[in-house]
Amino acid sequence: MLSPGEIIYQALFYLFAGAAVLAGLRMILTRNPVYSALFLVLAFVNVALLWVQMGAEFLGIILVLVYVGAVMVLFLFVVMMLDINLATLRQGVTRYAPLGLVVAGLIIAEIVWAVWGHFLGVGNTPQTAASALSNTRELGTEIYTHYLYAFEVAAAILVLGIVAAIALTLRWRPATKHQNPGQQMRVKADERRIRLVDLKAGKKGEES
Amino acid sequence: MNEFTQFVVGVWLQVPGWAQYLLIIVGEILAIVIPVILVVAYMTYFERKVIGYMQSRIGPNRVGIRGLLQPFADVIKLVMKEVVLPRNANRFLYFLAPVLAILPAIGAWVVIPFYPGVVVADVDAGLLVLLAVSSIGVYGIILAGWASNSKYAFLGAMRSAAQMVSYEIAMGFAIVGVLMASQTLNLTEIVQLQAGGIWHWYFIPLLPLLAVYFISGVAETNRLPFDMAEGESELVAGFHVEYSGTAFAVFFLAEYTNMVLISAVASILFLGGWLSPFEGLSWIGQPSTFWLLLKMAFFLFLFLWFRATFPRYRYDQIMRLGWKVFIPVTLVWIFVEGAMIIGNVHPWFA
Amino acid sequence: MVQRVKDWLQSFLFLELFEGMFTTGRYFITPKFTIQFPEEHTPKSPRYRGLHALRRYANGEERCIACKLCEAVCPALAITIDSERRPEDGSRRTTRYDIDLFKCIYCGFCEEACPVDSIVETGITDFHFEERGQQIMSKDKLLAVGDRFEKEIAVARAADSRYR
Repeated sequence: MLSPGEIIYQALFYLFAGAAVLAGLRMILTRNPVYSALFLVLAFVNVALLWVQMGAEFLGIILVLVYVGAVMVLFLFVVMMLDINLATLRQGVTRYAPLGLVVAGLIIAEIVWAVWGHFLGVGNTPQTAASALSNTRELGTEIYTHYLYAFEVAAAILVLGIVAAIALTLRWRPATKHQNPGQQMRVKADERRIRLVDLKAGKKGEES
Repeated sequence: MNEFTQFVVGVWLQVPGWAQYLLIIVGEILAIVIPVILVVAYMTYFERKVIGYMQSRIGPNRVGIRGLLQPFADVIKLVMKEVVLPRNANRFLYFLAPVLAILPAIGAWVVIPFYPGVVVADVDAGLLVLLAVSSIGVYGIILAGWASNSKYAFLGAMRSAAQMVSYEIAMGFAIVGVLMASQTLNLTEIVQLQAGGIWHWYFIPLLPLLAVYFISGVAETNRLPFDMAEGESELVAGFHVEYSGTAFAVFFLAEYTNMVLISAVASILFLGGWLSPFEGLSWIGQPSTFWLLLKMAFFLFLFLWFRATFPRYRYDQIMRLGWKVFIPVTLVWIFVEGAMIIGNVHPWFA
Repeated sequence: MVQRVKDWLQSFLFLELFEGMFTTGRYFITPKFTIQFPEEHTPKSPRYRGLHALRRYANGEERCIACKLCEAVCPALAITIDSERRPEDGSRRTTRYDIDLFKCIYCGFCEEACPVDSIVETGITDFHFEERGQQIMSKDKLLAVGDRFEKEIAVARAADSRYR
């Protein structure tokens, strides 16, 4: 017999998990790309909630912060601005479906292979390390001691990615006229940019 | 204990455990939402008054004494109005958008402490929760712009979303500075670490970060001088052009709630929250929620002062400021702060 | 180089921004000179040209003698007058005196043209119409305005009489 707290815990787990799976399915199956992106957001939020429930609050919050708060916003941007023609998008479905199924099967097999021995029962949820330190601090200590090199390499790759992306897309066209706010700010009125001419009242056409 | 209290306690004990739990949660929600909405209501009144005074006018003064009932008149007007659904608008998303805008704005208040212990959820990662929840607010704006099926709304939504995503980074870096100083993500602890008088508050060593945080906050809430999203002169009203009545009121509420939230967070992170600036001086040095409210009022006044003073930025200037000025400034200051921490600069990094 | 550093400092210390905020802050505390309109009015010249009125003599006889000078001088053609002999005493009087306030440009020529000081423009500025047709000020309405504000009109005429 489960205690009321455990019942609520389990109920919430199934609620979040079910919502995540449903949102994932709808994300693939829905026709409107904007809805797709929004269902992906819903899936992310539910997964984040699951993580928080399992005690990995840092990961959950970061998932929301990075993926929901920034990455998916940019996705939505692109999806909203593209005028996607659904008909052309659907043309290749039957052709690529077998390949997709193979990839999906492979991924599922890998997950099962990795998870099988550890926990397949509901009672066997991963043990949270009982410690006085907060989850965030613990994660930080781990990353900066055991996984320092991996972390640094990942950071370097990301920087490389940013630099490469910018270098590939940046075009300096000399013909474009652009303003430099710093230069604009430096201009002073007393630098004689305007010449005030004192026009004497006199004969027509006569310049003083 | 008199009879009435006994009666109340008796009734309370009759309520089953789960209902007690629910009632407490509902009570907590109301205790946050109602004061916030009242503050927002009077913020609109105060805004019109302050900006009026700065423009040599006197602002609203007809409804009630000195116009004090003006917010209620405005609310009644907005609620009575019809909510119009534009043709070809996406009905579901159109009505979901205001909800998505207001939810994070009010939801973020759960982690804001008003006094040690006076907080709905005293979580360890409070600051991260705050960042995560407030980053969701952008969806309300984006969806409002897209679902309205109007080019002005869409352009406004694009602008404000790009702006909010950009400034969130600078804001996050500013918060990183506070984290380095406090070594904790818990907002209550962050305030308590600043105890010991005004010179112990973090705004002294982290002044550039405070400036970046607050200016980014102004940009995040799409307030002037960063109100490109609304840009009356070219976009009519930005993402909420098509909204009217209650739906518009909800967007309005979300914007102002976010302003109050930014002020509260700035006071907690940099100005020592509920701590008194005269710590150690008899009764006036006692920590109290009053000080927190006073500091929030100061920041809110700054919002209005900015609005009355500065002209709107051009869009490329906003982006330049966010990416090319604020982010480098915060990064440099994080290094400076690291040096201060290594050097054990008293009294902040002892 | 020095100028560069100066500019740099200026933009990072927000000097110009503070200057602007100082200005608005100063206006925040300066006394306001707002007039609470329906209760208070800004002072008006006795020559002010507002809503029209037709005056009467002290014995209650209307001043207008239907000379139609105002109708002739009106640059906007806003005044329409019909006249007839009054059966009782045979004097020349108007049967119709209409001013279309939508046409009127409040130039004041009518009151200058009037030989008997009958048509005048009062200092009334706040009036409104709720239905079509109300903008036509008929003789009755103009006389009513004149009766109601005779005291003020007389004072204003007296103050300006030296310059007429």
